[in-house]
Amino acid sequence: MALDTVAIAQRNPDAVQPFAELGLKPDEYARIKEILGRRPTSSELAMYSVMWSEHCSYKSSKVHLKQFGDKAVKTDALLVGIGENAGVVDVGQGYAVTFKIESHNHPSFIEPYQGAATGVGGIVRDILTMGARPIAVMDPLRFGPADAADTRRVLPGIIAGVGGYGNCLGLPNIGGEVVFDETYIGNPLVNALCVGVMKHSDIKLAKAAGAGNLVVLYGAKTGGDGIGGVSVLASETFDSTGPAKRPAVQVGDPFVEKVLIECSLEIFAEDLVVGIQDLGGAGLSCATSELASGGSGGMKVELDRVPLRDATLSPEEILMSESQERMCAIVEPKHIDRFLEICKKWDVTVTVIGEVTDGERLEITWHGDLIVDVPPRTVAHDGPVYNRPLAKPEYVDRVNAEKVIVPRPSTAGEIKSTVLKLAATPNLADKSWVTSQYDRYVQGNTIQSQPDDSGMVRIDEKTHLGVAIATDANANWSYLNPYEGAKLALAEAARNIATAGAIPLAVTNCLNFGSPEDPGVMWQFAESVRGLADGCLEMGLPVTGGNVSFYNQTGAIAILPTPVIGVLGVIDDVRTRTPMSFDRAGLELYLLGETADDIAGSEWAYMHGQRGGCAPVADLQREMRLIELLVAGRTSQIFTAAHDLSQGGLSASLTEMVLRHNVGADITIANIEVALISESPGRVIVAIDPAKLEQLLALAKKQDIDIVKIGTTGGDNLVINGAVIPLNELRTAHTETFPKLFG
Amino acid sequence: MAKIVVDVMLKPEILDPQGVAVSAALPRLGFTFAKSVRQGKRFEIEVDGEPTPAQLAEVAKAAETLLANPVIETFTVRVEK
Repeated sequence: MALDTVAIAQRNPDAVQPFAELGLKPDEYARIKEILGRRPTSSELAMYSVMWSEHCSYKSSKVHLKQFGDKAVKTDALLVGIGENAGVVDVGQGYAVTFKIESHNHPSFIEPYQGAATGVGGIVRDILTMGARPIAVMDPLRFGPADAADTRRVLPGIIAGVGGYGNCLGLPNIGGEVVFDETYIGNPLVNALCVGVMKHSDIKLAKAAGAGNLVVLYGAKTGGDGIGGVSVLASETFDSTGPAKRPAVQVGDPFVEKVLIECSLEIFAEDLVVGIQDLGGAGLSCATSELASGGSGGMKVELDRVPLRDATLSPEEILMSESQERMCAIVEPKHIDRFLEICKKWDVTVTVIGEVTDGERLEITWHGDLIVDVPPRTVAHDGPVYNRPLAKPEYVDRVNAEKVIVPRPSTAGEIKSTVLKLAATPNLADKSWVTSQYDRYVQGNTIQSQPDDSGMVRIDEKTHLGVAIATDANANWSYLNPYEGAKLALAEAARNIATAGAIPLAVTNCLNFGSPEDPGVMWQFAESVRGLADGCLEMGLPVTGGNVSFYNQTGAIAILPTPVIGVLGVIDDVRTRTPMSFDRAGLELYLLGETADDIAGSEWAYMHGQRGGCAPVADLQREMRLIELLVAGRTSQIFTAAHDLSQGGLSASLTEMVLRHNVGADITIANIEVALISESPGRVIVAIDPAKLEQLLALAKKQDIDIVKIGTTGGDNLVINGAVIPLNELRTAHTETFPKLFG
Repeated sequence: MAKIVVDVMLKPEILDPQGVAVSAALPRLGFTFAKSVRQGKRFEIEVDGEPTPAQLAEVAKAAETLLANPVIETFTVRVEK
């Protein structure tokens, strides 16, 4: 094969290059030529193509995501904002917390186990890169129908991959979601969240400042993983005896990552790095160009120094490789010996591959020949920006006008069968089959995990300071009204933090949508971003970062718009949290918030094939008052339990509460045809000792939140308006669904 | 009675953590011959009589479906006397 160098590109400006096969549009290719003043070399073409891809450049979403900055609330809690690997939030007592969600949807469809596993590995390295010790992970997942053949192929592999990687790292998995819907068949969603903790002084950024500083690659060797698209270049440049088409699948090794985490933390503790970046999507192309443009811009890299797992890799492939478990650091020369020593101690492969220069170009050589000579900002940040056409899809008005017709429970028999059906439906059934494959308690700091409303971990063993995280998305509502859907998901995630008594602090997101080239999908996306930005502004919560995943569709069918919203909160003493359920008889149950006939987009409607109607309208002022009530109630220890109402409404929440500690309840509620199945937002069930009633009423009055007594706890049955549901029967219905489906 | 053997290996470009671990352990135990090690798995399937081409094709299909993960692995089917 012939090496394509800058000199050759200058001598031979008209060589035909496979830019279209690499996903670049003709005008994008022309723009590269304009930037460089010549045709790109094949290595430069590979770098631009992957860095200007939708995944890396956010070219379709950028114009909308700007709102998160424009509408940002001023808050001292945000130590590092959008743009870095992950945002960092002050949680008090000198601690800072960083958290982020990313998608790994497409790889997980092709190879479920490895796709999901490397999704976890990637987000953990993002958190590590900020200087934080990763302390927990969470995984919101979406699948096709539970009984579909492909779901049986994909789901067990994905669950095992999430569990396998996280368990090997010794990170507790403290929550997430498992949701089924037809539109995810052929396109499951694997979103991975990681949270890490550090002291304020330990924050690290991705920048390469200081001429003469060394560029150091450490961690696993580079192989031909995940360079699918670039195989076009390989097939162009390799002769027929060269290697076969490279796979787009990456295989991770969690034990290497564990060592990489400990090695990196020791390096951080001795303050040996100026800047650091993990190698994820787009590998070295991304790390070198982002580090260089984060500094003054100049960097020289000798690519032939990169340690290889496969000696046949071409320079283009090395630049693109997405081999897992690698990091790139900028190190001052005076610290390099100590850096190498620590890597040796941990048995981590480490190589100095280049240095920071005082120029403004990123120059990469291959055995002395210059193969890349670019302004790094043009690769990393000045990619194309598209203002893609958007148009409200015709379906919206049509489905909004549909009347939702579902059976309404009124007799005792109907109430009982409704509760049992909702308890057993895959979207609401007990998820122990999934979460028991995850280690939820490793490290000994897990306070809450599934099936609690939020995950909670202790971060200081002396003061018992803790953080809580919840992720939520209601795609059914987003389908009916993406603007309100995003706001409602935000409100729900914040409420899920607050039921335990934690105070919501910051927001991250993972926006999963269909093709941005479809104006209807683009409209859904724009509306969702607008809703989330408006919602965050109104609730005073900063967006710390996020991820956009487009092209989630099978043929012409896009997934439901699925903006997954993660909210992080802080609790000063985890021992004072409000649990999600009651463990004794004689308590009184109150429903906080207003119940309307919100059946559209509900689980009960979905179970009856009804996808129309209008989504509820979020009342964020009321949500904020409810949150204040919940936090105040926790601080003054009024509640014995508090549990959010969401999918499945009152029926599902009561099911979860009575089964948690096997203590029944006797419920009487008006307007049962609506009350049992409605999913009106902004509602919580609380359990109190009757002696605390005055305090509770005072709080509700102060915050102007509707309150109604719905019953008392005790007995072996869940009784609703006289309909008796034995707990054993309810438990069987709730727990047998997953084992029956997935073995 | 004959034995059909299916050998499954990770594709050469795929990371093999077990092989890496073995090749790191060998020199520690004084074995210095290995430049690299890759680890696979072997299935031995007993059948009655001489395997027919149709039978071998069926085994290959089973290998593709169950014994190997064709996304990241390759396999070979052979008859062992």
